Amino acid sequence: MAQIFEITVNGEPRQVEAEADLPLIYVLRNELGLTGTRYGCGLEQCGSCMVLIDGEPSYACARAMDSVAGRTVQTIEDLGTVADPHPLQQAFLDEQAGQCGYCLSGILISAKALLDRNPSPSRADIVAALDGHLCRCGAHSRIIRAVDRAAAMLRGEGGV
Amino acid sequence: MSVEKVDLPLSLTVNPRLEQWLKFETDETVRVATGKVEIGQGVVTALSQIAAEELDLPLDRVVMLSGDSDEGPDERYTSSSLSIMVSGASIRLVCAEARALLVARAALRLNCSAAQLSVADGRFFVDGAASDISYWSVAPEIDWGQTATGSVAPKAPAEYRIVGQNVPRQDLPAKLAGGAYIYDRIPDDVVHARMLRQPGRDAVLRALDEAAVRHAAGGEIEIFQRGNFVAFLGADERSVEAAAAAAVAHAKWANAPDIEPGQQGAAWLRGQPSDDRQYGAEVNPDAPGEVVEARFSRPYIAHASLAPSCALAQFSGEHLTIWSHGQGMHPLRRNIAEVLELPIEAITAKHLNGPGCYGHNGADDVALDVAIIAMHKPGSCIRLQWRREEEFGFEPFGPAMLVDLRVRLDEEGRPADWTAEVWSPTHVQRPGTGSGFLLAAAALPNPPAAPVPQDPLEEAGGGGTRNATPYYDIPKTRILHHLVTAPPVRTSALRTLGALPNVFALEAMIDDLAIRAGADPLDYRLSMLSDPRARAVLKTVAKRADWSQRGKGGEGQGLGLAFARYKNTAAYAAVAVALRVDEQVHLDHIWVVADGGLVINPDGVRNQLEGGAIQGASWTLKEQVTMLGQGVTSLDWDSYPILRFSEIPEIEAEVLNQPEQPSLGVGECSVSPTAAAIGNSVAHALGHRIHDMPLSRERIMAALLN
Repeated sequence: MAQIFEITVNGEPRQVEAEADLPLIYVLRNELGLTGTRYGCGLEQCGSCMVLIDGEPSYACARAMDSVAGRTVQTIEDLGTVADPHPLQQAFLDEQAGQCGYCLSGILISAKALLDRNPSPSRADIVAALDGHLCRCGAHSRIIRAVDRAAAMLRGEGGV
Repeated sequence: MSVEKVDLPLSLTVNPRLEQWLKFETDETVRVATGKVEIGQGVVTALSQIAAEELDLPLDRVVMLSGDSDEGPDERYTSSSLSIMVSGASIRLVCAEARALLVARAALRLNCSAAQLSVADGRFFVDGAASDISYWSVAPEIDWGQTATGSVAPKAPAEYRIVGQNVPRQDLPAKLAGGAYIYDRIPDDVVHARMLRQPGRDAVLRALDEAAVRHAAGGEIEIFQRGNFVAFLGADERSVEAAAAAAVAHAKWANAPDIEPGQQGAAWLRGQPSDDRQYGAEVNPDAPGEVVEARFSRPYIAHASLAPSCALAQFSGEHLTIWSHGQGMHPLRRNIAEVLELPIEAITAKHLNGPGCYGHNGADDVALDVAIIAMHKPGSCIRLQWRREEEFGFEPFGPAMLVDLRVRLDEEGRPADWTAEVWSPTHVQRPGTGSGFLLAAAALPNPPAAPVPQDPLEEAGGGGTRNATPYYDIPKTRILHHLVTAPPVRTSALRTLGALPNVFALEAMIDDLAIRAGADPLDYRLSMLSDPRARAVLKTVAKRADWSQRGKGGEGQGLGLAFARYKNTAAYAAVAVALRVDEQVHLDHIWVVADGGLVINPDGVRNQLEGGAIQGASWTLKEQVTMLGQGVTSLDWDSYPILRFSEIPEIEAEVLNQPEQPSLGVGECSVSPTAAAIGNSVAHALGHRIHDMPLSRERIMAALLN
């Protein structure tokens, strides 16, 4: 039975008609046109689909709509754009952190959550925050450096 | 312009007209086309640098068109570290020739000599004074349908301003902002599709409980069946996904595969039916000298792209358009035309970005799947995404390999003759190579005959034999190759083909022979390596890793190194690995030093060297496809783990730039030496050699008990 759910997505209140057990990722990609959230495994194993729900990194691929009702969801589209990138996106460009890039939407989301709660993460903190994410191309060391660089940029250190 | 005859790169022979490569657009840009596609390696950016350099244009006036079967050149597949060597060489010659034609035309218009002309930002200057004409004003006066002669000398490397610079990747900004992929193309009235896969090429569908499948779907779906090809279609993606997931248990197949325990291991390959060949020198089995033998193995491994493969297709009633993330749009179009019995010209195949893996994953197969469905529903845009289990279960796997080495030593303890005996299923079943076909073709009525497996030719680097011949100065080397013809699963190209198991084995043997000779492994290598470029990468990596301070080993700390020149013809790479072993392997540091001749984009090359090291480490330490009964059983990331962020060491990659030397393919060169250096480092840490990959916790524990 479809129901109406009210959620806030990227700052905008939205009403969505969906089955209670429909995973959030289908709503984001197919109903709201937010295709930056990526399907990887549907099993919460790879991290491609990571979004922020009330600020916490959460897998969208198996997250039922009825558990998201009334909450706020933030996706990669809310970080920045090609023309106006978020410091994290800029740091990834500066480090050329990515190859195929498919993992990056989810990684940027987890990195944002990390920097929101810890402006000066150690390498171990960054690794721990990203360990739920897989990357097949082997861009890991650049990604770790990019998160470190973004943290410095957000602290106002170094040139942007 | 000189007219001497030159050997043209293959791509330019196949696509000889200048217009197949270049188009001067009215917005004062130049469209440069390539058949090679972006698979994460940054090749489109590097090719744009080559074009801009020869055309004397800033990068932002060069717009790349990549992977378009109608408007771009046919360069077959993006594979084997050949893109810069072949597509790059073609673009360089075409752009040099175009510039010369434009200058000659401008000289006529301006009534001056070509020598008086210079070009800045596409505008002509006469003796340094600005004229009112540009590339774009004279371009319409040139016949771009003419055949490239390749006779205009490109710039000397000393003149390069753009080639050799770190240029940011063109594809990354959109990828970082949540765009750029085939997965993002969801038209409003799209029809979503999912498959029920035929478990094997001989399997016959006896029954499908359609009522149960429709119930599981929840929403409205259409079930489309043609022979043993079954697809679920509908407006709601989740419903077709649910239908396909449920259908597996509600389908009854006859003649499905029945894989036995043991068939998943490399040891099974020995004694199986095989196509046997011998290469290299004759070796006298009775020659004097001590003989050292060892056997090495690698299991089946997966491409394991981060997302399941996806394709879209739309049939207008006359023309079929396909969007795909495959590695070659021209071959894809030909192969699909053959299955659908359409003229090639009735199909357009366009490349869009997909998830990487550096090999032949499900991308081509899903494109045929969706094309079959699109032909059934003219007018509709069909979007088919494989299920995660489908990608893990039906991609063409990297083959298992068994490698026996037999080395006869001379009086100094160096190899006098060297035999590598290799058992392996084929490494290339890309559709259209004669060795394989698109998966769904076997499910349709009138399926193609079972393919006769072939491997790439030796002159192309071989498949199972790739890098089986040591690059060292050894008087006699030979390869005995057993191409195993009936493996339990379909196999095809995965980064480096057979080079990784072969280099893992041969560099292990070299280390063990050094110990036997009482020599340092680095010195031992250098004592039989005369190529100065090979010596340079080895010596440099040893310096970076502080090799001279290496401990005696056997106490859990390891430092190992390895060398290979990819295909024995492409880039040189030496790798050193520092690690610790307790009940498992912990990587601490990887140093990579490579020589790829002229480097187009140094940071792009370092990115490839780093990623290659990590992918090689992941295969060496963790990866193994499991299979039993109807097929593959490693169907998710828990049963097929890969290297994680918490397991990534510090990595330093260095490129020894050789601008006066031709570019050598670098995309794969770090992978195999990394695997071998890990093997050697683990042997150093344990004081005991492990011959079988992956170097898993179980194998480490077994070695410790010894």
